[in-house]
Amino acid sequence: MIAELGHFALILAFVVAIFQMIVPMIGAAKGWSGWIEAARPAALAQFGLVAISFAALTIAFMTSDFSVSLVYENSHTSKPMIYKISGVWGNHEGSMLLWVLIVALFGAMAAVFDANLPPKLRARVLAVQGSIGVAFLAFSIFTSNPFLRMASPPFNGRDLNPLLQDPGLAFHPPFLYLGYVGLSMAFSFAVAALIEGRVDAAWARWVRPWTLAAWVFLTIGIALGSWWAYYELGWGGFWFWDPVENASFMPWLIAAALLHSAIVVEKREVLKSWTILLAIMAFGFSLIGTFIVRSGVITSVHSFASDPQRGVFILAILAFFVGGALVLYTFRAASMQARGAFAPVSREGALVVNNLLLAVSTFVVFIGTVWPLVAEMLWDRKLSVGAPFFEQAFTPFMVALAIILPVGAILPWKRGRFRRALYPLRGALVFAGAIMALVFAVSTGHSALAVIGAGLGAWLIAGAAVDLWLRTGSSGLSRLRRLPRADWGKAVAHGGLGVTFIGISLLMAWQVEDIRVARIGEPFTVAGYEITLESVDEQPGPNYNAIIATMAVSQGGKQIALLHPEKRVYPVQSMPTTEAAIQNGLFRDLYLVIGDEQQGGGWAVRTYIKPFASWIWLGSALMALGGFISLSDRRYRVAAGARQVRAPSPQPAE
Amino acid sequence: MRALILCLSLLLAFPAFAVQPDEVLSDPALEARARDLSKVLRCPVCQGETIDESNAAISRDLRLYLRERLVAGDSDTEAVQAIADRFGEYVLFEPPARGANWLLYLAGPGMALLALFLGWRFIRSRGLSEEGPARLSDEEKARLDHILRD
Repeated sequence: MIAELGHFALILAFVVAIFQMIVPMIGAAKGWSGWIEAARPAALAQFGLVAISFAALTIAFMTSDFSVSLVYENSHTSKPMIYKISGVWGNHEGSMLLWVLIVALFGAMAAVFDANLPPKLRARVLAVQGSIGVAFLAFSIFTSNPFLRMASPPFNGRDLNPLLQDPGLAFHPPFLYLGYVGLSMAFSFAVAALIEGRVDAAWARWVRPWTLAAWVFLTIGIALGSWWAYYELGWGGFWFWDPVENASFMPWLIAAALLHSAIVVEKREVLKSWTILLAIMAFGFSLIGTFIVRSGVITSVHSFASDPQRGVFILAILAFFVGGALVLYTFRAASMQARGAFAPVSREGALVVNNLLLAVSTFVVFIGTVWPLVAEMLWDRKLSVGAPFFEQAFTPFMVALAIILPVGAILPWKRGRFRRALYPLRGALVFAGAIMALVFAVSTGHSALAVIGAGLGAWLIAGAAVDLWLRTGSSGLSRLRRLPRADWGKAVAHGGLGVTFIGISLLMAWQVEDIRVARIGEPFTVAGYEITLESVDEQPGPNYNAIIATMAVSQGGKQIALLHPEKRVYPVQSMPTTEAAIQNGLFRDLYLVIGDEQQGGGWAVRTYIKPFASWIWLGSALMALGGFISLSDRRYRVAAGARQVRAPSPQPAE
Repeated sequence: MRALILCLSLLLAFPAFAVQPDEVLSDPALEARARDLSKVLRCPVCQGETIDESNAAISRDLRLYLRERLVAGDSDTEAVQAIADRFGEYVLFEPPARGANWLLYLAGPGMALLALFLGWRFIRSRGLSEEGPARLSDEEKARLDHILRD
């Protein structure tokens, strides 16, 4: 009954979305205020209906209703409640429903919060958002119905893939989808602006918070996924350049470019048509990501529910939205003339370089990701493109970006001078040089990666500090607290990027690994740490059997950690997983993994010393935090926006 | 057909643990080389994993074979090539730069140059030269003098 209710609500939502797509669009074109106003209740109703549908599916999972075939396929009565709930989106159909829910959620939020938008623009934005809802609701209803029943319900389910039964992965997809789908708002704004033929500072101000929010969610989602890989896969890898990871990384890079170019539009009314193009591409890459994950055209660790029919459907959605928007773009882009003039050395110039570097690096990731497909179609060559290619093709752009970032961040608008910008940064330059010398001195292999990465990271962090300091003028610390939140957000996010740079490069350069057979009670030494396997015990978990080792780690005769690496076997799917034991530290992680019992006695044991590993996620967290701080800036608050909007009425861009 | 059966039986085998202690070579330099190489070789039956991290039985066989070759005195390229000869270029995570793959390697730098060119043209078109506002031409100067004199 509840499942049918959910199914019915989903179909109703589809109908409402069709209404939302058509009526406000016509209303805005004809100037009929009643039709224009219909957009808001429609957006709210669509969200309400999808929410009912999602709740129905969640209830089916929580109550283990195995007459719903999706629940049977992905759940089991002995699974802990949190994974019953996360099981809702741990599969293709359910995750599509979550996707649709978030599309509707963003539409509803735009209806509620953007009360100060000109009614026509709002109607058009909501209509475009409604059309995205229509496409994905149709996809869900016609190809991936999550509410299908089974004629004779089995007694128990087949359980969720054990790798997905993990807190990190439970929340990874929702954040990722909030990011992917958040970019649909930027897309809707872009298309609405193209239809109106008007892009101005006010438009950029409305788009930025949505883009920023989407980018923050993508940052969190990607970081959660990589953190999960780090502790769950059993050897501490954090990024694999897997097609599906790239699928989330490309929208992240483009969204970062969009964030920065929207600033230029807002402050200086330049880069308008480029910003529109970026908004279209950002959502386009989100759709490409969806296509890659769900069509199975590119084999990947993550791809689930690969089905050609679904692939074709998503390809059609992609072609319709991106193709349609690009056609509209070619007709209207010429009408969006830039206003402001600026010199090559200026904030605008630096942001143009930022955008070019981010766009080209996205292109590199894209071509590496689809190359196996292209090579197979055109030349019948089955080949692979993996980490070695991406590391050499992608890294140079990030190095260039990190070099110019601190300078660009403090250059004045319109016209600046390199010398004058570099002068306050001399301290940061010296600091980065000192860090490079220090890293060079302590690293045994004299790895260039460690020296360059740490130097760039230090340069970014110190540059962010200088940026804040310059903003205070001469009045010093007391002013620091009263700085606009946007300034703080910018510095924190840029500093966070530096922290991540340091983490990645030092971890990759300095990691120590040891594989051996350890006998119980016999200590061994790895990089100055003395490690003893004390005991290995069997212990049943809620829905798995675990082998838990107890390992003592001491340094200089003093015990510093007692760790319990685990090996689990999930009987329902007869699948083993490793649960590494990690002692996180600011400067190094201790990472222990227990393997199989050996024939001659003893256990296979892997030990890793991972320097600065936590900095990777600390930096990501800082980037996300910076985004949140910036979002909370008073300029974006509803009331403040309302006051500002009425003063300068938007001028058509000639 | 035999290859297919082999693949299937390998897939069904109970997964072991990536690199096993008994695989490790006693010579640390040789072992380090083997590890580096096994990190760029793709497991032929898994989904996008290297043979270094994969649990599949075939990956273990490939790791052992790779070590045999290195112990026998192969260079890095020879050892990798020996595996690629059997399994095709699919197992190379770093695609060999020959034939159409040059397009892949040149796409990034090519796009960067194009972006640089377009970016530079755009920035130039935004006016405002580096030296500040343009100097007055002689004619303008004469007019200015004329106006100021009045």
